[in-house]
Amino acid sequence: MATIKGVVHKYDKDNIDTDVILPGPYLKVHDHAELAKHAMEGIDPNFANKISQGDFLLTGANFGCGSSREHAPIALSSAGIRAVLAPSFARIFYRNAVDGGYLLPIEIDRATVSELSDGQMLALDIEENIITNIQTGKSYSMKPFPTLIKKIIECGGILHYKP
Amino acid sequence: MTITEKIIARASSRSRVVPGDVLFVNVDKVMMHDVSGPGVIKVFEEWAKKGVEFKKIWNPDKVWVTEDHFVPASDKVSANNIMKLSNWTKKYGIKRHYKYGLGQYGICHTLSHEDAIVLPGEVYLGGDSHTNTTGALGALAIGLGHTDIAYALMNGQIWLKVPETLLFKLEGEKPEHLMAKDIILTIIGEIGTDGANYKTMQFAGETIKHLTMDERLTLTNMTTEAGAKNGIIEPDEVTESYLQERTDAAYSPIKADADANYSTQITYEIDRLEPTVAKPYSPGNISIVRELQSTEVDKAYIGSCTGAKLDDLRAAAKIMKGKKVKVRTEVLPAAQSIFMKAMKEGLIDIFLESGAVVGPPTCGACCGAHMGVLAKNEVCVSTTNRNFPGRMGDVESQTYLASPLVVAASAVTGKIIDPRDI
Repeated sequence: MATIKGVVHKYDKDNIDTDVILPGPYLKVHDHAELAKHAMEGIDPNFANKISQGDFLLTGANFGCGSSREHAPIALSSAGIRAVLAPSFARIFYRNAVDGGYLLPIEIDRATVSELSDGQMLALDIEENIITNIQTGKSYSMKPFPTLIKKIIECGGILHYKP
Repeated sequence: MTITEKIIARASSRSRVVPGDVLFVNVDKVMMHDVSGPGVIKVFEEWAKKGVEFKKIWNPDKVWVTEDHFVPASDKVSANNIMKLSNWTKKYGIKRHYKYGLGQYGICHTLSHEDAIVLPGEVYLGGDSHTNTTGALGALAIGLGHTDIAYALMNGQIWLKVPETLLFKLEGEKPEHLMAKDIILTIIGEIGTDGANYKTMQFAGETIKHLTMDERLTLTNMTTEAGAKNGIIEPDEVTESYLQERTDAAYSPIKADADANYSTQITYEIDRLEPTVAKPYSPGNISIVRELQSTEVDKAYIGSCTGAKLDDLRAAAKIMKGKKVKVRTEVLPAAQSIFMKAMKEGLIDIFLESGAVVGPPTCGACCGAHMGVLAKNEVCVSTTNRNFPGRMGDVESQTYLASPLVVAASAVTGKIIDPRDI
């Protein structure tokens, strides 16, 4: 899993919250496939139809702020999102994404968000911490995962991680 | 070490921890509700498919459950979730399961203090982001997702990164027209909705000493809206007497060392603050009430873990006594016991006589789930904690967050108004 490729979907807005990622009325839903249909419904009701398995989400800062609902990373990951790239993440969303093994929360510079465009194909090298834009050939850095987070990611989530 | 650092050190059997340390801590209490509970059960089902069978809870006596989000059951799906949760807690020997319509029950963050389930110095994990609330008792109270709660139920431990602490010193006497809600909205407006991301928000100072537990809980409740890992207040005489009325259980409180290190200290002169609201669509989008241009509302909502504690209801009733509401007004006490106390004090009569509807304890419309959700373009002034797009209903509805005093004043005038101006 050193390098993964995917098409980026850009929603360049700060503070995209969990009520937007997965609206409250669906909190009673626990079927992953059903949750996928409502991913990002608060910002783009057509989101789920645009995503192919393995795609990336590119957003503004403090992504996933708000509630602790694990429905949020589950909905995104079940819709096909493999990684979210953002300048920063709200802490519970980040934790849920990693510990549940749903998707990779990747921290990047604000400037990188501005430079990347919707629909571009990216390659993420999470060993070398490099993002490559396949179209332009240009590379960007990403913040390395802290040691524990990296280990949990390699275990596929907290379940198989042994302290 | 700060109080947060000392609780983590004790729970991880270390003599010292510093911000940035990543370690496993032992857990004292774990909570889940009718949304996170079925989510946790689902995690166990997924783990079983991966070959890890969940056999027993590390300690069922340290786990408690409440039904609060979709109660009374809003439809077949939520009814089935509640049934599933009930069967599960029975199977795994959880005795403390609060059920609506069966004695005491209410919103999780209210029961945690109202029934003194969580005690000072404890490590408390809740399957809900506003778990931070309970830090007002001097506990380390942290909100987590389903996977982490499942992990804690299985192992009695969880990994944590030791957070740095932001210290908010609140000085001066709180004027009567001001509530803790105005203070925390002012703070969030200044530091931003990610101003405390991954960090602790600790409150201290002269104002805190004289603040009731209910008001303290409003401060810690909304640390979540600044992204904080936890909110905390050192236990003192107010904490002691609050707990004395509620429990005989022994506890060992923790206080900070005199030389504790705070990454930032900010002082607020409370007597200079003004009644404040958060406008749509962010808890950080604040305005002083008197600076709002005559904002008409369609509805006033007095409910939730943030704004339907006994002191909140008292404040609202003080304004509404003898007056009629001009807009649709809903009052939902945060727990059955609070409903009963409010009734004995005559508050429920005041609400009903004003024309408001009084409903059962539920998270209900606060999270847009049911029982009074907002229509397109409907404007609500609310004692709750979030006003993101669609939070309380239609994505084009609007919620203004305010103190119970401001919400009550708005209810009887039909527009958002400073309680001094009615």
